Amino acid sequence: MYQYTEFDKQFVRARAAQHRDQLERFEAGQLTGDEFKPLRLQNGWYVQRYAPMLRVAVPYGEISAPQLKVLAQIAREYDTPDATLLAEAQATQDKLPGLAPKLTTNYGHFTTRQNVQFNWIPLSKSADVMDLLATVNLHGIQTSGNCIRNTTTDELAGVAVDEVVDPRPYAELIRQWSTLHPEFAFLPRKFKIAITGAAEDRAAIGWHDVGLQMVKNAAGEVGFKVLVGGGMGRTPVVGTQIREFLPWNQIMNYLEAVIRVYNRWGRRDNLYKARIKILVKAEGQRYFDEVEAEYQDILVKDGGLHTIPQAEFDRVAACFVTPALNLPVATAEWAAKAEADVSIEAAKTPAFARWIAQNVKPHQNPALRAVSLSFKRVGQAPGDATADQLDAAAALVAKYSAGEARVSHTQNLVLPWVRLDQLHALWLEAKALGLAQPNIGLLTDMIACPGGDYCALANARSLPLAAAITERYQDLDELNDLGHIDFHISGCINSCGHHHSGHIGILGVDKDGKEWYQVTLGGSDGKDLSGPTVSGKVVGPSFSSFEVPDVIEAILDTYKSLRQPALGRHEYFIETLRRVGQDPFKAAANAARHPAEETAA
Amino acid sequence: MGDGLQTTHTCHRPRGGLLQQKRTTMKIISAQEHQAVESPAVITLANDADPRTLDLTGVTRIDLQFPKFTDGRAYSQAFLLRRRLGFAGELRATGDVLIDQLVQMQRTGFDVAVLREGVDASAAQRQFDRFAGFYQGSAVDTQPQFAKTP
Repeated sequence: MYQYTEFDKQFVRARAAQHRDQLERFEAGQLTGDEFKPLRLQNGWYVQRYAPMLRVAVPYGEISAPQLKVLAQIAREYDTPDATLLAEAQATQDKLPGLAPKLTTNYGHFTTRQNVQFNWIPLSKSADVMDLLATVNLHGIQTSGNCIRNTTTDELAGVAVDEVVDPRPYAELIRQWSTLHPEFAFLPRKFKIAITGAAEDRAAIGWHDVGLQMVKNAAGEVGFKVLVGGGMGRTPVVGTQIREFLPWNQIMNYLEAVIRVYNRWGRRDNLYKARIKILVKAEGQRYFDEVEAEYQDILVKDGGLHTIPQAEFDRVAACFVTPALNLPVATAEWAAKAEADVSIEAAKTPAFARWIAQNVKPHQNPALRAVSLSFKRVGQAPGDATADQLDAAAALVAKYSAGEARVSHTQNLVLPWVRLDQLHALWLEAKALGLAQPNIGLLTDMIACPGGDYCALANARSLPLAAAITERYQDLDELNDLGHIDFHISGCINSCGHHHSGHIGILGVDKDGKEWYQVTLGGSDGKDLSGPTVSGKVVGPSFSSFEVPDVIEAILDTYKSLRQPALGRHEYFIETLRRVGQDPFKAAANAARHPAEETAA
Repeated sequence: MGDGLQTTHTCHRPRGGLLQQKRTTMKIISAQEHQAVESPAVITLANDADPRTLDLTGVTRIDLQFPKFTDGRAYSQAFLLRRRLGFAGELRATGDVLIDQLVQMQRTGFDVAVLREGVDASAAQRQFDRFAGFYQGSAVDTQPQFAKTP
C-alpha cells in the first residue's frame, strides 16, 4: 500500500482542522446552511433522510487492517443517533406500506465506488470523527460535491493474473494531483475516474467520466487508452475513446486539459445535463479538438510541469510491492503440495469446495490467492458491516492478507494476499463470522444502494427488495444452477446501485407518491462475462414492490427454460438473453404482474 | 515474482514542503470599496467568455465573476489569464465571494477579492496559513509538490 509521507499526513490533518473551522463557523451562524453545504460535501458529509451520512474515501479501494479498525471504532462509538431521532425515524418507517426491515445503527457500508459510508453520525461530532480518521490517514476529501471524486480501480489490481500494468501507482498519483485542485473544486457536476491495468475490465471504465485502461504499445512503453464521457444517471452513456495511447507520464497534463475544457464548457443551467457525457455528446469532435489544443498548450506554453518524473513514479511505485508474507521457500513443489492439500480438504467438505470455486480467485503468485469475504447475507443489507464485523474483518486481514484488503465495487471485501496453505483456516474463521457465503458473482451477490430507507434523493426503497430476493434465493444449489448474474438495484435515477449495468437492473421510481420499480435487462459493466459495456433496456411499465420478486423469478424461470449447454456448462443468464433477445423475458415479466395485491396495500 | 523482497526504493522517504511556504494571501476588499470603473484599462469579463480572445494591451485590471460561489468557471479564466497569457495586472474576484474559496482563488491567479456583502472577513487569513503546501502546481506557484523535493 501507499505509505503516507509526513507531507501527506500533515495534509490530511490540516483538512480535518479546516472542517472543524467550517463546522464551528456554521454552528456560530457565520456560515449559512447553503454556504456550508458544498464545503461539508467535499469532506463527505451529506444530510440524509433522517440523519447525516459520512462517506469516507478509500482511495482506489485499498484499505489496511488498522484503517478497518478505526472504521469499526467509528461505527461503534459514533454511528448512533439521538434516541428520539431514531424513534421518530422508525415511526416514520413503520407507516410505509410493505416490507420494511428495521432501521439499524452502528455499522459501516461498503459502496459501489469502493468507499465506506456511515448513516447516523451527528453532524456536531463530525469534526471529532475527521480527527480520528486522520490518525490512520483516512478522510472524506472529495467523496461528494461537484469535484474530482475518488479514483476507482480493479479490486484485483496488483494481483490479477491477466494484469498488463499495475494501475495502483497511477491511481495514487491521480489521487494526489486531484486532491484540492484549486481550479476544479466547483465543476458543473461530479467527476469520476476509473482505471484498470488488466486485460479484462473489472473497473467498469466505460461507465465513468474518464475511463483509463493501461496498455503497452508495440515498443513496450506504458500508456493509457483514454475514454471520456461515460456515466449513468438519467441519461446512460458509454464513454468514447479520446486517446488510443497517452504516454503514462502525461496523465496529469492530459486530465488537466480534459477537465479544464469541461469546466469552461459544461452546462450549468440544468443539473441533469451537467455531466461531461452531455457535453461530449453535444460537441463531439469539437470537444475532442479543444482538449487536444488545450493539452498542447499545457505542454508547450505552460511547460508541461505536471509531467511525472521517473523518480517520482518510482517513489510511489515502491510502495506497491508484494508484502512480506513469511512464505516458506516458495517453490513450485510447495505450491503444488499446498494446492493438493486444498483439493483434499475440498473433497471432504463440499461447503469449502463451493467457497473455493466461487469466492477465491487466482493470483500472480501461484502460492497465493485473492479471497472475497461476502457481505451479502440474510438479515443485513448488501455491503453493511457492523462494528464487530469490521473489527473481525480487520483481524482476518491482519492475520491472512498481510494487513491489506480491498473494498470491491460489488460491496464486498477482498483479501488479496492469502497463502494457499491458509485458505482453509481463513474459511473456517470467515464462516464463523458469517462472511463466507459462497455467492460471489451469483444472484444474491447483488449491488444495492441504501435507497429510500436512508437516502434523501431516493424515490423508492432498495433494501426491502434486496432482502426479499436474498431470502427467496437461499438454496445454494439453486443459486449455483442460476450461475453468474449481475443483479443491481438503484433507489433512484442517480444510479448509485448501477442498475444500468445489471444483467437484471431495478430502478426505483415515484408515481403518485408510491414506490414503483422499473426492471431492465441486458446491461453490462464491461467485464468479459458481461460483454461490451451497454445499458440495460426497460422491459415495460414499472412494477409494484409486491410484484418485483415474482417478476425476477419469472425472468429466471424463462432463462432456465431457454438456456443451452455451452463449454461444458450451461449458458450464463446474460448469454441466453443476448442469444434469444428480450421478448420472451419481457413476456414472462409482464405476465407476472398481479395488481390485486398492490391495491390491497 | 512475489518473492516478498523489498526493493531498494523507499516508498516513504520524506518529501519537502514541510516548512511553512511563502506566506500567501490576497487583498480582500469590501463590497463598498469595490468600484466598477469606466476605463479601457479595466475589463469586466463574463464567466463564459474565453479570455484568450481579449486584447490585453493597456489593461491593468480584470474583474472576473462568480454569480454563485458554486459556479467555478472563473477559476479556469483566472488560470488562463495569469498562467497561460502571463497577465500581470490585477485579477479581481467579484460576486458570490466567500471565505472558503479565497485560497482557491489565490492559487488560480486572483490577487484581489471582493467579499460578498455581509461576509465577515475575520476568518479569512487563517485559511491561507492552514496548508503547508499542495500537491499540484498552481497559476502562481507553478511547480508541483513532487518537483520541490530535492
